[in-house]
Amino acid sequence: MTTGTDLPGFADPVLDAQSAFRAVLAALSCPGSIHDAGAGLTPPASLAPATAAVLLALVDGETSLAIAPTLQPAAGWIAFHCGPEIATTTLAGFVLAEALPNLAALDTGSDEVPERAATVILQVAALGSGASYTLAGPGLQHPTKFAVNGLPVDFAARWTANRALYPRGIDLILCAGGRLAALPRSVTVGEG
Amino acid sequence: MSTMEGYNFAYLDEQTKRMIRRALLKAVAIPGHQIPFGSREMPLPYGWGTGGIQVTAAVLGPQDVLKVIDQGADDTTNAVSIRRFFARTAGVATTTDTSAASVIQTRHRIPEKPLREDQIIVYQVPQPEPLSRLEPSRAETRRMHALAEYGLMHVKLYEDITRFGHVAISYDYPVMVNGRHLMAPSPIPAFDNPKMHQMAALQLFGAGREKRLYAIPPYTSVVSLDFDDHPFRTTRAPHACGLCGATDSYLDEVVTDDQGGRLYVCSDTDHCETRREAGHTGSESPLQEAAQ
Repeated sequence: MTTGTDLPGFADPVLDAQSAFRAVLAALSCPGSIHDAGAGLTPPASLAPATAAVLLALVDGETSLAIAPTLQPAAGWIAFHCGPEIATTTLAGFVLAEALPNLAALDTGSDEVPERAATVILQVAALGSGASYTLAGPGLQHPTKFAVNGLPVDFAARWTANRALYPRGIDLILCAGGRLAALPRSVTVGEG
Repeated sequence: MSTMEGYNFAYLDEQTKRMIRRALLKAVAIPGHQIPFGSREMPLPYGWGTGGIQVTAAVLGPQDVLKVIDQGADDTTNAVSIRRFFARTAGVATTTDTSAASVIQTRHRIPEKPLREDQIIVYQVPQPEPLSRLEPSRAETRRMHALAEYGLMHVKLYEDITRFGHVAISYDYPVMVNGRHLMAPSPIPAFDNPKMHQMAALQLFGAGREKRLYAIPPYTSVVSLDFDDHPFRTTRAPHACGLCGATDSYLDEVVTDDQGGRLYVCSDTDHCETRREAGHTGSESPLQEAAQ
């Protein structure tokens, strides 16, 4: 059912996890900025190195993860290296997917505990090319252009609905190849 | 620099670091919102900066250069201990130079020199709840944050003005972050509050005893609470630094004798040293005294 379960994780579990975390931290602190992650990783074919690095750095036995059907071939590798509780998309703390799930159907937290909201780890075709968006919000001194290949055509509208829930809402980590970017719930996304 | 044997890099175990890192990422996504975390017992007591240390330990990598300040000074007991702690457990390079540091852990000050986008400042926080003196119940304050119900704090400021003629808060002055969350900036002087607004560096806050952490991403609105007819004002001792002559830095008052002698010096020791190296002198400078 699953393949590549025997493939290794981080060569240095301590320092590689630290640098992957710093990439995600920098990406969330400056929405739309693109950072290298997962250099040297050899994950199963369905996972990009950046996706694998985010999983290894953040997901463990204390977290729940939902894996989209298209990424199921990597489930064995994830179970071995991270060991998360596998949950349904509506309940999971982390959602791993290649197609943007319906954000409103995920756990968006509560007004008192907005940090419970899910983090979506979305593996996309490319960062820095494709559909262009204008980002504004905390972390950005000026509105900034951001291009992604792999988001749905109505992404800006779907994100606006997510942004309206603030301080509740989904946080998005976008991974492509050995690079990642992130959109925290606080950012506003416009077309173009 | 060699690291101590028998400890993980930066002291904390990886499971703990992942837990803190997940909380930090959520904190960045919700600027100013306090997030509970499983604060660990550290080899120094609560109240000595354990929250800041745990945040620093989760963030720090071997390529980082660490600066630790306590009330602006690099050479006080708390700053020296924490700097040595990370030099020994993580083997990171340390510095006292604000511009050379990539991670700055601070207790109660923000450096005078503006921070850059590639820097992270970690605050040690004794009391993360800005409403704690007004509402003792945590369940109640959590509800107040959820509803953005901050009238109580405005009443406190108003009562200060009616009793004293001004807002009588000189440190830990409450701020509104990103127009949504009321936040305790930690006991930095109100003088430092404007530096938090649209700061280029990422700001992380850790409260070890209270087991909360929170964050302000770069370029985020941080507004000190005030009223239209009583705007927020910063105050500083009306003196020039006795050593470097600075008239725009935050000053410490040092009692020099039992005859009422006072010396005012920059609280930010690195700022003061940099200025003196550049040739600035104050009224108490050795050179000045020699000239007299």
